Amino acid sequence: MLDLLLQSSIMQRALMAALLVGLTAPAVGTFIVQRRLALLGDGIGHVALTGVALGFLTGTAPVLTAIVVSVLGAMLIELVRERGRTGGDVALALLFYGGIAGGVLLIGLSDTGSNSTLMSYLFGSITSVTEQDLWVIAGLAAAVLGVVAVFGRELFVLCQDEEVAKASGLPVRFLSMLIAVTAALTVVVAMRVVGLLLVSALMVVPVAAAQQLTRGFRATLLAATAFGMVSTVGGLSYTMYVDVAPGAAIVILALAGFAIALTIGRFVRRSRTRESIS
Amino acid sequence: MSEPGRDPEVPAREAVFAMSGGRADLDGRPVLRGVDVTIRAGEMVAIMGANGSGKSTLVRALLGLIPLSGGTTELYGTPPARFRDWWRIGYVPQRLSVGGGVPSTIREVVASGRIARQRRLRPASAADRAAVERALVTVGLADRARDPVQALSGGQQQRVLIARALAGEPDTYVMDEPMAGVDADSQRHLAATLRELVEEGKTIVLVAHELGPLEPLVSRAVVLADGVVVHDGPPVPPVGEHALPGHDHVHPHAPAPSTGPLVWEPGPAPGGD
Repeated sequence: MLDLLLQSSIMQRALMAALLVGLTAPAVGTFIVQRRLALLGDGIGHVALTGVALGFLTGTAPVLTAIVVSVLGAMLIELVRERGRTGGDVALALLFYGGIAGGVLLIGLSDTGSNSTLMSYLFGSITSVTEQDLWVIAGLAAAVLGVVAVFGRELFVLCQDEEVAKASGLPVRFLSMLIAVTAALTVVVAMRVVGLLLVSALMVVPVAAAQQLTRGFRATLLAATAFGMVSTVGGLSYTMYVDVAPGAAIVILALAGFAIALTIGRFVRRSRTRESIS
Repeated sequence: MSEPGRDPEVPAREAVFAMSGGRADLDGRPVLRGVDVTIRAGEMVAIMGANGSGKSTLVRALLGLIPLSGGTTELYGTPPARFRDWWRIGYVPQRLSVGGGVPSTIREVVASGRIARQRRLRPASAADRAAVERALVTVGLADRARDPVQALSGGQQQRVLIARALAGEPDTYVMDEPMAGVDADSQRHLAATLRELVEEGKTIVLVAHELGPLEPLVSRAVVLADGVVVHDGPPVPPVGEHALPGHDHVHPHAPAPSTGPLVWEPGPAPGGD
């Protein structure tokens, strides 16, 4: 039965998309979690909905408008973050609500959009991924992983301590923008797979799970991508047998992975402490 | 113009930091109120003063980490915004930032000290690895290089921060309270490391509330009170009640405190410092 499913091109595309998202989101997520911006993905996800709706309203491909709007939103969020310690979270909250409300409003106004299209973007519709979608997802994923590969060393210093990054002569503003924009691209990559409301989960939960078991940053990044890919592919496979939304299955699986990692991590650390005492 | 604390026999060396009339605000409150200070290559200078006197703000302003609201400052003769030779500076912040909790190994953090010497897309070189190894050995953490920094004590984390600066092999070290919250063992270790750096002719600027084991190494103390320099010269050895822990150093040049030093009776030393 599985063979049969794998042969169907719909499922192949869905699996490819799931794999790419499982790889990309936690890779960026590791930097974002370390930078204490775990909810950045949520914020961008909300804003991206307005982008999707704009696509429907103007007859443009929703993925393209989503990229434009979420990149602009991410840059705005970064500016707000950089500007002030006070009032920043309220400004962000306003942006989030505006993004969701704007999206729902614009989809309502468009002829092509309906509640079901809205739902498919909010919670993902991985089985409707077309070949063209897959190319876009692959391109975005390559861009995101390229950023991590080229700038990873600098981003590590930035996410560790911004002042040290500055005193090392790193282009702090550029790198901060780069992280925000990369997160925005990741949101668009993951949007079709898990949906805008659960995008952030794939950037955060695998990292949270990985760091229970690892001792270093690079190890966490690698383990998180492994967690991510197992979750996306595992969750998607489950929905071949049971008719549930893939996004929800993927995130629940990731959370289960986190719970297991937490338990194992506690156990390992306790025995390590006992070792060093005795 | 003669500079306090400088041996007139030795010709003036390159100025590493030169601030004139430096003013800085934090949250709209003036913290530096016209600071003039020049630090030359090879000096070991302690920036001292009570809590809230502006010590940390001064070193961060010298590095251009916070903008000046008045006056000028230069790093090796260049304003910080246009300075490019950041590999010459090794900044040791007050404490290790653990960020969002993603673990990092000691080696990862120390190796990141090479960043100002590395180019994008180039993998770490043999020279990078050797410098990281030397730094780890110097602070006595080579055997723990694979441990996560989050699991270390405050003193050990301070050693990691110093190792990160050492790994970059800079000419000038700027250390913000390297002795704060550090156990006696780590303090001795740190003093020994700094002695070597001084002997190598490195420039060291460190913020300190009290000198402790660093006392014999420091040739010049710049004492701040209320955002202005009130003493610049050889460190004043603590005598009598000045030596008491918790005593805020107030130099005779300082504007008179509200209660005269003679009637002031130090209470029991505050718990932490």
